[in-house]
Amino acid sequence: MKELRYLDEVSTLVLDREKCVGCGLCTEVCPQAVFEMRGNKAEIVDFNACMECGACVNNCPSEAISVSPGVG
Amino acid sequence: MKKTEGCGCGNSASVEKLKVPASGVSILGSMDKAPSCGTKTTACPAQVYEKPGYRLCSYVDKFITTDAGPVPIIKSRLQKDDLFATFFVRCGIGRHSYTVAPGLYGIGNPDKNSEVLVTANFKLTFDHLRKELSGIHAWILVLDTKGVNVWCAAGKGTFSTGELVKRIKTVSLEKVVNHKRVILPQLGATGVSAREVKKLSGFRVIYGPVRAKDIPAFLKNDKTADKPMRQVTFSLYERFILTPVEIRIVLKPALIFVLVLFILSGFGPGIFSFSGALERGLLSFYALATGIISGAFVTPVLLPYIPSRHFALKGIISGSIFAGLLLLLSASDIPGISGSLALFFFSVTVSSYLAMNFTGATPFTSPSGVEKEMKRYIPVQLAGLVISSGLWIYSAF
Repeated sequence: MKELRYLDEVSTLVLDREKCVGCGLCTEVCPQAVFEMRGNKAEIVDFNACMECGACVNNCPSEAISVSPGVG
Repeated sequence: MKKTEGCGCGNSASVEKLKVPASGVSILGSMDKAPSCGTKTTACPAQVYEKPGYRLCSYVDKFITTDAGPVPIIKSRLQKDDLFATFFVRCGIGRHSYTVAPGLYGIGNPDKNSEVLVTANFKLTFDHLRKELSGIHAWILVLDTKGVNVWCAAGKGTFSTGELVKRIKTVSLEKVVNHKRVILPQLGATGVSAREVKKLSGFRVIYGPVRAKDIPAFLKNDKTADKPMRQVTFSLYERFILTPVEIRIVLKPALIFVLVLFILSGFGPGIFSFSGALERGLLSFYALATGIISGAFVTPVLLPYIPSRHFALKGIISGSIFAGLLLLLSASDIPGISGSLALFFFSVTVSSYLAMNFTGATPFTSPSGVEKEMKRYIPVQLAGLVISSGLWIYSAF
């Protein structure tokens, strides 16, 4: 979302490009367009838009993505 | 305040287990009025399908027979009773028990090749989906999300891999369609692993668009969604429609606050005075109401136009303006500087807290961000409360 942004540099999102198999599913499920495919691998293009919903983590086939927001 | 889930759906995880009849009919007594068919002798669905002890749900048009048994075909047009109920639920009345029976439904004239659209059993969600599907022939698989919308349910774990796999099996989906794919709302991805669903049920998950209104275009476009279809929005209307529930949630704690305020307002030179409690209590009540309007209505609606990314600070900014206006309007009734300051701080504190609370209802705040914001602003809000109470009692002497 362009007009509404939350705090910068707080997300716990981590992408391990080594593990990425390039399926592109993260670019499909992310509701904030955080990922884009660059050269057969996913890349984080808008880190601060991440809201840690976990959709990418759940659907990544190679466990290349993690988010770990604090408990409750 | 949002914590782990993607939206602020309160604590409905504790909703009691619902008695779930077969999809399309409700046990008599659970609805308060009969579907209106008029007195015409033409076949009205209710007359054709009603059985002793059951009543047809008003959104069911007819039943069709499949290899897995009869399946209700639902209407894509919302009726008056749907719209009335939507209004009440949007106001926060009965929203925790506004459900449809989980299971399989159809829309249009679905056949063995039709797509299967998966959704949640919150009636608002169900209505929202079907009203976008006129002219579409599809199956609709409703998961048991305990009456919670797709995104919140996915965050809570009821719109899940396990529930989807179980529901595919209980409705014998493999007998109804001769393909192996289901279309999920994209926001369901927070609770579902496409890979696991495939492994456990044999069905391939296709993530559809975020919004139901994009489904016809998505289907026409060979089941691909473009970038705007994949992104959430939070428009003025989308923010506004959430505010009645925000205000409704705050009413009960506000009532307790009002009692405390009137007691606090009674303290004075004569230890306690009832006339003081009434007069000054009314002023503090105005300050509370101003804070609620600013924090739970104005700040959410004007969200992008109020400076700062911290919701609590947005609430302070908007609260200051409104508290200032309140002081201007009631200047003649307020006793002295300390009384004015007390009312100002109190109103701004309420506004800040409620604005921060709204982080739980937005589609773009991260739990880590909310945690950071709370750590910084809860002490500020507590200080505001203590200082304003102290000043308010002091101002009576």
